[in-house]
Amino acid sequence: MANFPTSKSLNETQKPATESATTTMSVTAPVVGWLIPGAGHLIQKRWIRGLLLLVSIFSMFLLGLAMQGRVYKPNGGDILDILGFIGDVGAGGLYIVARIAGWGEGAIAHATADYGTKFIIVAGLLNFIAVADAYHIAIGKKQ
Amino acid sequence: MNLRLSHFSAALLFAVFASVVFGITQRNNPRDMIRYGLYCFAMFVGGVIVAGWVMWVLRR
Repeated sequence: MANFPTSKSLNETQKPATESATTTMSVTAPVVGWLIPGAGHLIQKRWIRGLLLLVSIFSMFLLGLAMQGRVYKPNGGDILDILGFIGDVGAGGLYIVARIAGWGEGAIAHATADYGTKFIIVAGLLNFIAVADAYHIAIGKKQ
Repeated sequence: MNLRLSHFSAALLFAVFASVVFGITQRNNPRDMIRYGLYCFAMFVGGVIVAGWVMWVLRR
């Protein structure tokens, strides 16, 4: 008698392979995307989207630094400083490089520097959105 | 480097970059992404102009 696989056994054999592929990318894409803005899309072959995200977030962060914006530290004193730090840290690798290089540590001396501080925070927040999008692509929720 | 932009030019740059990210992340197909990005850009710039006029009226 032929031994046909039941629908249950088919599901059991197919599921682990699919799950492991999804899980690897669903972890890798957000981590890489956080470290290098746009890279979470690039490693999933979304070239144009990845490049646009990379250029936008890099430009925003670097313009913020060029405007003498402040890069927040995780010292946790004032609540606004903590929120600023959370926003900044979203930029991942850019934030780490800026901290190592000592950029954005000067006192804010003019209005443009305050715009720069906001540019740096928003670059990090936009990267959080890009990371979430890379994750949604990795799990197949978005094309 | 010390870049000094006017408030309006800083707002325009902000609108461009934020609209690109919003368009890509909030919609599913390229056509909708472009349309939503343009919509966000228009809303950002329109909001800046409206807020500017509101502040001008309040100041008088």
